[in-house]
Amino acid sequence: MEQVITAHKLSKKFGDFIATNEITFSVNKGEIFGFLGANGAGKTTAMRMLCGLSIPSSGEATIAGFDIYKQTEEIKKSIGYMSQRFSLYEDLTVRENIRFFGGIYGLSIPQIKLKTEELLGSLGLEKEANKLVSGLPLGWRQKLSFSVAILHNPKLVFLDEPTGGVDPLTRRQFWNMIYEAAAKGLTVFVTTHYMDEAEYCDRISMMVDGKIEAMGTPAALKQQFDAPNMDHVFYQLARGAKRKE
Amino acid sequence: MKAVEVNALRKVYGKEKTLAVDEVSFEVNEGEIFGLIGPDGAGKTSIFRMLTTLLLPDGGNAKVCGLDVVKEYKKIRTMVGYMPGKFSLYPDLTVEENLHFFATVFGTSVQENYHLIEAIYVQLAPFKDRRAGKLSGGMKQKLALCCALIHQPKVLFLDEPTTGVDPVSRKEFWEMLKKLKQEGISILVSTPYMDEAAMCDRIGLIQGGKLLSVDLPSQLIQKFPHNVFAVKADNMYQLIQSLQANALVKDVYAFGEYAHLIPNNSALTTSDLLHEMDKLNLQNSSASPTQATIEDCFIQLLH
Amino acid sequence: MKQFMSFVTKEFYHVLRDRKTLFILFGMPVVQILIFGFALTTEVKNSKIVVLNMAHDQSSRLLIDQIEASAYFETSRELNSFSQVEEEFKRGEIRLALVIPANFEQNMRRGEQVKLQLINDASDPNTATTLGNYMGFILADFQRMHFPTAPLPMQIVSEIKMLYNPQLKGAPNFVPGVMAMVLMLICVMMTSVAIVREKETGTMEILLVSPFKPILVIFSKAFPYLLLSLVNVSSILLLSVFVLNLPINGSLFLLYAMSTLFIITCLSIGILISVRTNSQQVAMLISLMGMLLPALLFSGFMFPIENMPIPLQVISNIVPAKWYYIIVKAVMIKGLGFMSIWKEAAILLLMTFVLLGISLKKFKIRLA
Repeated sequence: MEQVITAHKLSKKFGDFIATNEITFSVNKGEIFGFLGANGAGKTTAMRMLCGLSIPSSGEATIAGFDIYKQTEEIKKSIGYMSQRFSLYEDLTVRENIRFFGGIYGLSIPQIKLKTEELLGSLGLEKEANKLVSGLPLGWRQKLSFSVAILHNPKLVFLDEPTGGVDPLTRRQFWNMIYEAAAKGLTVFVTTHYMDEAEYCDRISMMVDGKIEAMGTPAALKQQFDAPNMDHVFYQLARGAKRKE
Repeated sequence: MKAVEVNALRKVYGKEKTLAVDEVSFEVNEGEIFGLIGPDGAGKTSIFRMLTTLLLPDGGNAKVCGLDVVKEYKKIRTMVGYMPGKFSLYPDLTVEENLHFFATVFGTSVQENYHLIEAIYVQLAPFKDRRAGKLSGGMKQKLALCCALIHQPKVLFLDEPTTGVDPVSRKEFWEMLKKLKQEGISILVSTPYMDEAAMCDRIGLIQGGKLLSVDLPSQLIQKFPHNVFAVKADNMYQLIQSLQANALVKDVYAFGEYAHLIPNNSALTTSDLLHEMDKLNLQNSSASPTQATIEDCFIQLLH
Repeated sequence: MKQFMSFVTKEFYHVLRDRKTLFILFGMPVVQILIFGFALTTEVKNSKIVVLNMAHDQSSRLLIDQIEASAYFETSRELNSFSQVEEEFKRGEIRLALVIPANFEQNMRRGEQVKLQLINDASDPNTATTLGNYMGFILADFQRMHFPTAPLPMQIVSEIKMLYNPQLKGAPNFVPGVMAMVLMLICVMMTSVAIVREKETGTMEILLVSPFKPILVIFSKAFPYLLLSLVNVSSILLLSVFVLNLPINGSLFLLYAMSTLFIITCLSIGILISVRTNSQQVAMLISLMGMLLPALLFSGFMFPIENMPIPLQVISNIVPAKWYYIIVKAVMIKGLGFMSIWKEAAILLLMTFVLLGISLKKFKIRLA
């Protein structure tokens, strides 16, 4: 099985503060990996290192086979990133956003044109193509930004709370898109505060105070903690947290 | 007297006359926790701003503590506590300074109403000299709640207080709200998280500026017109895809560990369903009747 | 009142905790005074010049000696032909060339008009003008000393400079200018940005919902900047008295009173900007481009207003900094009293009332 992420004893320190403490895990190709933890558990720091945005203090990791110390440029080409906070330029139209993100990932103009039509078709956004993104409902925006994040066919996509504030129907449509992409071999690394969404992941890791305290399939975790649902698993683990950022 | 009365409230934005709030009517009883449940962009914030006298309605009217939100805004401003959706404290002031500042602005002192915030503030006390900008999400939210409570408001408006906050902090937050309710404070709260609906006394489901339904959470579930089955198989994606195409199925969607299935015919039994699923070539498939949740109600209302 | 004080205290926390901004606020006037005082001075000393003397008589040599004797010029060499003049300029070492015509002494004695040619490097027009003026003085002196009976065709005297700035010091002009600029910057920009920041962080929402009077929000935000500005006025005055040796000739009380008036004018502009904008960037841009730049151009501090085309002279009247600049020059340098500046003060007062009136009217007690 090809491993898209491998991390071995990866740590990040800020002065005395150990934000991420020797985390070790791996993610297989085509897997949907849920990265959970309370606010301040160190998720963001870990994710930044994996994206090549921040150099680890110690430990090793590879993303799509590239070393996160030396090959950050290659890593950036093989990953996609979508966050709830920033995803699209609101003052550009749908079409302009697609063209822009296609452009920065080095797609050729004919490629971008092809992809644009393909995307607009599959999302049913043909009529809105020339409207500003700010005028789109949040659900559509999230779906569009996911599509844009994987426009350049990356091996791996990082989704940082992608469904925050979205209505339950759109949230499910969004997860359908994730499933479809994963079925085609895309690896998905996702954080969420919705515990039902944790169930949709193939595997989950739970971070507490900078460490990965538990990892496994949702079923295995529930069994391990003797909990009826993921909410309880999370509660049991995060209750023990000492750190409140 | 009702804590909040909203009558055919409307709000229109911009040149394109986008209808953000469309003829919304509801009431919040005294000493009640009323939840406005709906996704971002449903119009929750606009309703909150009209009720806290920050925006003028474009139609309809509303009263808070029996006072009109347009004409008697000055009186209302002394009686309500408001916690906007975005973290709205001074990031460069410490926890303590923020609290004292807001106490004074509201013409009171921290000592005077300390009993109200004590339970929350003890958790913040170890960080009282820390700048508010350096607090974690859950702590910020607690501080914001303290600041909104410090003048002992009659009605508390909390706009998405738990958004972006982890499940543990969210649970703690709701426990605090229950205590405040016992103090006699009426609370109007909004949230995009369906699972928080059960914590409210009554809820209003809102989408696209329209109030879809107002009821007790338990009533809403009881009135749910369909049977619900929890179905499961090793490959959930395949299960949902193939069942969606099935004629017996009205709707099927992921629901945590399971998928929820709504049949087209209410006479459909579990064994009928299992029989149907056997044809689909799924491994370890199972099905059993289950209780509908608020989320199920919302999804069906959206259709 | 307690609420107001608590608000002001909070405002001071904001200001004092933002170390970088604080440093700029208090460092800027000091740096500006020092830069204008020592580096950017328009005073010209020891400028290199060349002389093409075609007369070679006694008078012309006397004139050259006299020029050399002044502190302003230093003759690098004497030339023999016109073509050399251009070469010298191209080498960039000289700022001015003086051409003395043949038969200089003879023509002077006869009382005929003598044409001395001054060739200036006008790539720096300010310096060129200044040097031209200085040379004019020397020539006039020379004429008075050696040919007292001759008419004075080349006398050029700038009355104002001679009267109030006999050593032609640059400081008197820039100290009032720096004061106007610094006050504009702090009161207009800092105030508008500080108020708009409350809108950006969302705290304005909470303050509006509180019983605290919205208008007091505005006043209590402006108040700390009034104090800060007065501190800055003091530091500029101290620097100019003790470092630049420029005495305050008029009443110190009057100077402070007028500064306070100008500060309030600026605060009103800052408040008006903040009422009309919603982002810190826009507030900053408007303050810089819309307020500071005109203040710089039209106050008369950098460019003399008398030399501007009429339309621009008219525009300069609506720039508060112009009136403050006139007031400070009058009080501080000429030592004049209130009776000489009451018109300017009245104009500032009127501006303040109008600006404050508009901003109070436009101030929203709601969000939209």
